[in-house]
Amino acid sequence: MTEYPENLDPSLARVDAALRDLRTEAPASLVGLTLVAVGLEDLYAQLDTVIGPVWVAWNGRGVSAVTAAADADAFEAGFRTDNKRPIRRADEGIPERLATAIQRRLAGDRRVRVQVNLRGQTPFEKAVLRKALEIPRGEVRPYSWVAAEIGRPAAVRAVGTALGHNPVPLVIPCHRVVRSDGHIGQYSLGGPANKRTLIAAEGLAPDGLEEMARAGVRYIASDTTHVVCLPSCHQARRVTDRHRVPFGRLSDAVAAGFRPCRKCRPAAAVAA
Amino acid sequence: MDDQALLSHLARDLDASFVALVRAHQDRVYSICLRLLGNTADAEEIAQDTFIRAYRALGTYSEDRIRALQMRGWLATIAIRRCRSAGARRRAPTVPLDIGHPALPTAPAAETPHLHVVGQESKRRWASLLAGLPDRYRTALVLRHVDDLSYAEIAEVLGKPEGTVKAQVHRGLALLRAAHEAAEREESIA
Repeated sequence: MTEYPENLDPSLARVDAALRDLRTEAPASLVGLTLVAVGLEDLYAQLDTVIGPVWVAWNGRGVSAVTAAADADAFEAGFRTDNKRPIRRADEGIPERLATAIQRRLAGDRRVRVQVNLRGQTPFEKAVLRKALEIPRGEVRPYSWVAAEIGRPAAVRAVGTALGHNPVPLVIPCHRVVRSDGHIGQYSLGGPANKRTLIAAEGLAPDGLEEMARAGVRYIASDTTHVVCLPSCHQARRVTDRHRVPFGRLSDAVAAGFRPCRKCRPAAAVAA
Repeated sequence: MDDQALLSHLARDLDASFVALVRAHQDRVYSICLRLLGNTADAEEIAQDTFIRAYRALGTYSEDRIRALQMRGWLATIAIRRCRSAGARRRAPTVPLDIGHPALPTAPAAETPHLHVVGQESKRRWASLLAGLPDRYRTALVLRHVDDLSYAEIAEVLGKPEGTVKAQVHRGLALLRAAHEAAEREESIA
């Protein structure tokens, strides 16, 4: 195969042979690592959370799945159906950095970035999921709020569906989106009980939220700041009982001289 | 699958055929990285990085451009560039401390010499001698004699005239031969 136009002398031919002998087989792990890095194959492991162990899959593009499958086989089968990509269990568990980032994110630290791999999601689904990412820890927003915020106020049902198909619950906190009537609503990661646990773990009382909604309270205003908020907005929660003014309709609050909060943007929740 | 067939698969469906590209070229890309960087950990990382860059680049190329690629030279170009920037970050390749001081024979004289061990020992020595060569000779030798690229391909990869490449390969071979003879002399004295 090799051309020798230069008539290699024998002592150089020995060097040539020695160099050929330096060809080395790549380590067996190279193919797998490369495929994971470019996102053509995923790894997965279990992660302990407040709602118990969940399965987390990831590749070089980010976290690709979080589920509450009963066991590893069920998780793998579900992943392959949803993603049409190979997946294998990470021998060394979830990388320390990724686990820490997810936990810190759940703990409300918005400075850490957790990349998510949303390939295969429609632009609408991506918009919904990105919006859900903006909801701060310890606060909830109605489905109608998400719909209005992404400029599709009539698509409340579709927002619910998109959040129901959130491939990476916890990482994208779809548990912070609840029904407009105050009910906690459905949750894809192991059912609504987990949603209550997560919301409670973030310092909100799900029963209290539902009770308030049943009593017809959808907004809380302050008669000192004259700002009206969604009930779980941290601004609203700082208002002392004495200064709290509850409203069922935003228009009533505005008519009474209250300004919609710029942080929680309650106007969006009315739109539907 | 030859490179031409591989390229037309890649042009049609990158995601489905990328694994075939990695399988077909991993040993040579890894060998280039190992011989330029001098240690297995860096070599695996940079070989992986080479394929990641290749994947990203292929994703931006048109089908025609992919079909027209010279796969071997193209991958070698990326590998060399990655090795150089990794080398710049990490200083010179690691040269094992035992250059010229081969391990003393440990097997009892009565036993049959273990040919495989001897082979490994000689391989290690050549590898450290190669790692000790100046960059340009090492790179030329690795591409020509480890990776078996033609002078024309190497000229393309390094962006140098073919004559320069030939001269570097020759000079590199001569330097390596001299280094090896010196090491052997030292050994026979010791």
